[in-house]
Amino acid sequence: MYSNDGESYFILDAHVALWDARPENQRNIHGKQFIDCFYDYHRNLSPESEVWPYEDYLYQGGERLMKDLFTDGYVDHAIFQPAHLGEFYNNGFGQTEEAFALAQANPDRLTYNHHWDPRNGEQGLTQLREDAKRFNLKGAKLYTAEWHGDSRGWKLDDPWSYRYLEAAQELGIKNIHIHKGPTIRPLDRDAFDVADVDKVATDFTELNFVIEHCGLPRLEDFCWIATQEPNVHAGLAVAMPFIHSRPKYFGQIIGELLFWIGEDRIQFSSDYAIWTPRWLVEAFAAFEIPAELSEYAPLSTAQKKKILGLNAAAMYDIPVPAELQLSTDVPEEVAVAS
Amino acid sequence: MPTPTTQPTTIHDLAARHDQAFHALDAVVDPELDEPITDLEFVRSLHVDGDRVEVHLRLPTSFCAPNFAYLMASDSKDVLSALPWTGQVVVELDDHHDSDLINAGLAADAGYRGTFAHEADDSLDDLRRTFRRKAHTAAMERVLTRLLRADPDRAEVDLHGVTLGDLPDDDTTAALLRRRAAIGLGDAAHLPVLVDDTGHAYPADEVPLRLRMARSTRISIEGNAHFCRGLLRTRYPGSTTPATQEAAS
Repeated sequence: MYSNDGESYFILDAHVALWDARPENQRNIHGKQFIDCFYDYHRNLSPESEVWPYEDYLYQGGERLMKDLFTDGYVDHAIFQPAHLGEFYNNGFGQTEEAFALAQANPDRLTYNHHWDPRNGEQGLTQLREDAKRFNLKGAKLYTAEWHGDSRGWKLDDPWSYRYLEAAQELGIKNIHIHKGPTIRPLDRDAFDVADVDKVATDFTELNFVIEHCGLPRLEDFCWIATQEPNVHAGLAVAMPFIHSRPKYFGQIIGELLFWIGEDRIQFSSDYAIWTPRWLVEAFAAFEIPAELSEYAPLSTAQKKKILGLNAAAMYDIPVPAELQLSTDVPEEVAVAS
Repeated sequence: MPTPTTQPTTIHDLAARHDQAFHALDAVVDPELDEPITDLEFVRSLHVDGDRVEVHLRLPTSFCAPNFAYLMASDSKDVLSALPWTGQVVVELDDHHDSDLINAGLAADAGYRGTFAHEADDSLDDLRRTFRRKAHTAAMERVLTRLLRADPDRAEVDLHGVTLGDLPDDDTTAALLRRRAAIGLGDAAHLPVLVDDTGHAYPADEVPLRLRMARSTRISIEGNAHFCRGLLRTRYPGSTTPATQEAAS
């Protein structure tokens, strides 16, 4: 919970990771390139006071995660969204056993989502059924740019992907988080293309599709698809930290999302450990759309509460204390930026 | 500008060639960001030795999309090879997950399909077209939003009748005209500004929506460009201007 200025917010961090990118786990040069890319994101967009040493960044461990999220970060509940990256890391990038154990030890605070790869065929489908049972999955994280043998990416509308989504629907894995690109095959197409989301959202209406990074770097394509598909949601992973380095751009992203898809389908996330939630939550609760962006309506406190936690809590059936829910009888106070 | 000879013997000649080669690269654009690779500081180094030119390119991350990386590298080789005095042209992409693959393909002039083998279906022409269209959409939104800001009484629907001749004669308009030309649209004064990718004006009742869609495209491109510039500086610190450019001037 975060309280400021007489308002209290339920915080659901919808995208966190427990990763291991230490040299002994790097399978090849790409393991180093990948974590270095993340570290550059981290260094480039964090306030200087929040930048971690590179060594800390390679592996944070469960204890530090609990502290960063729950002791320091105001988070009430967080959802693991692991990326496997089996071609880059010996034991994978996301640490399945460690994260799952942490979630089991803290069921009120952590939800573990797992991942699948439709290129694993029948065997992977069997594994998905076992995983659904073992992890009691409500959701999954899919990374379409995962490398796999001589394939370097897949699309949600591939035939095998449909088989997995059918199984997910049957198994009650309702919340599908998609991390787009850069998908390499087919190389002729835009690597960040989100058109396949459109197709599966139409065909799997019982599933929620949360597009991480709100489609960035293809915000416009995402907005257009999400406008037409009521089960497509925007995850704010990677978009959030722009609130510090580029508040005007962040205001434009939020303004566009509110205009195109509305306040009920946007989810906060820190993308931990790329960034830590504390400063992001503080900044978002205080954020106002810059006055020069007169084309956007002001961001209301109720909208902030929905985005910071209530939307994702509803999607995951996570209980929210009564005092942190929106009060329906109080007229909404609107922060005016001008 | 001095006339290049095939065998320059003086420092002056070499410097002139260096300058020419660097500015030839101004014509190579990052399709996604719609900016020249020279402005984006993707040119890491450029060396001229007689008729041999060697260029190294760098990108904001190891995981920048390889199709765009390949386009910029192969376009670089094309514009340098087109200079009258160049013989051997070497273009290499540094520090990318596909550096080996792309550099081998460029060295062998293997082309797109020859470079990427089973990962390439046909060509990158459609990809290039997609991003030229986006660049046009963003340029269109810029001129129209500027009109709206300049005249608060003008409503969005009033943009329906605006033609190229109504636009001020300045850089923003010139940028729109360049992007129109890139997708095969004309520059006559009577042509409408707010058009689809084939040059057809939208019906008046669609104008506000189309403007909003164009705005999200423009925000996306500008946001990506700014992020990529920032990441490049983080990855390669202290490199605001390529040293090679300074040496040539």
